Amino acid sequence: MVDMALHEEMVVSFAVVSRARALDRLRFGDVLFRHLTRLAAIAVLILLSGVIVSLISGSLPALRQFGFGFLTSERWNPVTENFGALAPIYGTLVTSLIAMLIAVPVGLMIAFFLTELCPQWLRRPVGIAIELLAGIPSIIYGIWGLFIFAPFLQETLQPFLINTLGHTPAIAPLFAGPPYGIGMLTAGLILAIMVLPFVTSISRDVFEAVPPVLKEAAYGVGCTRWEVARYVVLPYARVGVIGGIMLGLGRALGETMAVTFVIGNAHRVSASLLAPATTISASIANEFTEALGDLYTSALIALGLILFVITFIVLAAARFMLMRIERRIG
Amino acid sequence: MSMSARYAARRRNNIIATVLALGATALGLGWLVLVLGALLWRGFSGLSIAVFTQMTPPPGASGGLLNPIVGSLILTGLAVAIGTPIGILAGTYLAEYGRYSRLSTVVRFINDILLSAPSIVVGLFIYEVMVAPMGNFSGLAGGVALAVIVIPVVVRTTEDMLTLVPNALREAATSIGLPRSMQIIRICYRAASAGMVTGVLLAVARISGETAPLLFTALNNQFWSTNLNAPMASLPVVIFQFALSPYKDWQSLAWTGALIITLAVLALSITARSLVATGKQP
Repeated sequence: MVDMALHEEMVVSFAVVSRARALDRLRFGDVLFRHLTRLAAIAVLILLSGVIVSLISGSLPALRQFGFGFLTSERWNPVTENFGALAPIYGTLVTSLIAMLIAVPVGLMIAFFLTELCPQWLRRPVGIAIELLAGIPSIIYGIWGLFIFAPFLQETLQPFLINTLGHTPAIAPLFAGPPYGIGMLTAGLILAIMVLPFVTSISRDVFEAVPPVLKEAAYGVGCTRWEVARYVVLPYARVGVIGGIMLGLGRALGETMAVTFVIGNAHRVSASLLAPATTISASIANEFTEALGDLYTSALIALGLILFVITFIVLAAARFMLMRIERRIG
Repeated sequence: MSMSARYAARRRNNIIATVLALGATALGLGWLVLVLGALLWRGFSGLSIAVFTQMTPPPGASGGLLNPIVGSLILTGLAVAIGTPIGILAGTYLAEYGRYSRLSTVVRFINDILLSAPSIVVGLFIYEVMVAPMGNFSGLAGGVALAVIVIPVVVRTTEDMLTLVPNALREAATSIGLPRSMQIIRICYRAASAGMVTGVLLAVARISGETAPLLFTALNNQFWSTNLNAPMASLPVVIFQFALSPYKDWQSLAWTGALIITLAVLALSITARSLVATGKQP
C-alpha cells in the first residue's frame, strides 16, 4: 500500500515537473522568437544607418580636401587628383528632368485610358504589359539603348532636332553640336521608358480609389470623360499622383546601368542636350574599379553620398505623400 | 460664346484627350514590343548548347556563359539565404508584434526608402564594410550586397501578407492555448505562405538583373570559380563588360546573356503573379 502511494505521488510529481518544463520551454521559445523578430526589424534600421555612416566616412578624405568647392567645381582630373562633382550632378538632374517631362504626361494619359476609356476585359492585360516594362532589368535597357536606340536617334531624331529646334533662337544652344547618338537626351529618353510604369501604375491605383459617387455626379451633370478625369479625378488624386511621380523621380536619379551605356561618360557641363555627359551613378560605375589612389576612390564615394542624399529627400517626400493618401483611402 | 460653340469645343477637347490617351498607351506597349523584339532577334541567334556548357571566351574565340550563369545562381542563392530569414522575421515583427508601435512606423518608413534606394549606393556600402577591410573582391561580398536588396522586398511582402491573415485564425489559436510564436509559425505563416513565397520570387527577379551592386563587390572572373572568397563572374556584369567591348563575338554573347536574364525574370514574375492569383481564392 505504502509502496503504491509513493509510486503514485512520484508519477504525479513527474507529470507536474515535465509539464512545467514544457511550459518553460514554450515560454522561452516564445520570448526568443519575439526578440528575434524585433532584432530583425532593428537590423533594417541598422542597414540604413550603416549605408549613411559608411558613405560619410568613405567620402571624408575628398570632402576635407575640396570642401564645399566639391559641389561647385566642374574639374575632374584623376591625374592631378583634382575632383569636382558639378558635371555628374548636372547630368543626373538634366537626364532625370527629361525623363520626367516625358514620362509624367504619358503615364497620366495611360492611367486615364486604363481607368476611364479601356473596356473592362482589356484592362488587366494592358496593365500587366505596362508593368512588365518595370520588370525588365536595367542592363537590358542599357544594351538595347547602346546598340539599337542610340544609332536610331543618331540617324533620325537628332539631325531633325538640330535642323529645326537647333535654329530656333531661344533654345538653339540646347540642340547644338553634332548628333553623337549617345548623350543626355538619349539617356533621358531611356530613363523615361523605365520610369513610365511607376508613374502609370501608381496613378492608376489612385485614380481607381476616387469614390465613384464623385465621378457619377460629374457625369450626371453632363461632363465629358476628359472633363471628369481633368476636373474631378485628377484634383482628388493629386497627392497620390505627386507621390508616384516622386517615386519615379527617385528611380530616375539613381538608375545606373541603362544610363552608363548611353551617357558617354564625359565630365563636362554643356548646354546641349545632345552632348555626351555623365551622371553620378554612371561615373561611379565606370570609374570605381579603375580608381587609383585613396582620393579618387573617396571622391567617387562622395558622389555616392550626394546621390544618396538627393534620392533620400525625394523618396522620403514621396512616401510621406503616399502615406497621406493611404490614410485618406483606408 | 454661344452654347453650341462651347459644346463643340468640349466635344473636341474630349476627342483630343481620347486620341492622346490611346497614343500614350500605344507608345508604352510599343516600347515593350521594341525592347523584347530586339532582344529576341539579337539574342536568339546566339543561343546554343555551347552557351550553357562552355566558359566565357577570350576575345576572338568562341565560348559560352557557363561560369557567369553558375556565378549568378550562387550569388542569388547566397542573397536569398541571407536576406529571406531577416526579411521574414522583420516583416513578422511589423505585422504581428509591433503592428502599431512607434518602432514599426520608423522601420516601415526606412524599409520603403531602402526598397527604392539606388542600388549602386548599396554596392558602395558593401565595398566600404566588406571589400575594403577584407582586402579583396569576393563572391561573398556580392551575395551580401544582393541580400541588402532582397531584405526590403521580403519585409514588405511578408508584412502585407500577414496583415491579410484574418484575426479569427489568431483568436482560435489563442483559445486553444497556443503560444504566440507557435501561432505565428504554425497558423499565420501557413495561411500567408503563397504570398510570402511570391515576395521571395519577386526579390529573386529583382536581383537577377542587378548589375550595379556587383561591379565592385563580386567584380568579375574570366574563369571557373566557386570560391566565395574570390571574385566571381555573374551574368549582368559579364553582359556589361562584353557589350561595351569592341569584339563582335563578345557583343553577341552579351545579347544572348541579356535574353537569358530577361526570360528568367519574366518567368519568375509570371510564376509570382499566378501564385498570388491562386492564393487569393479561398
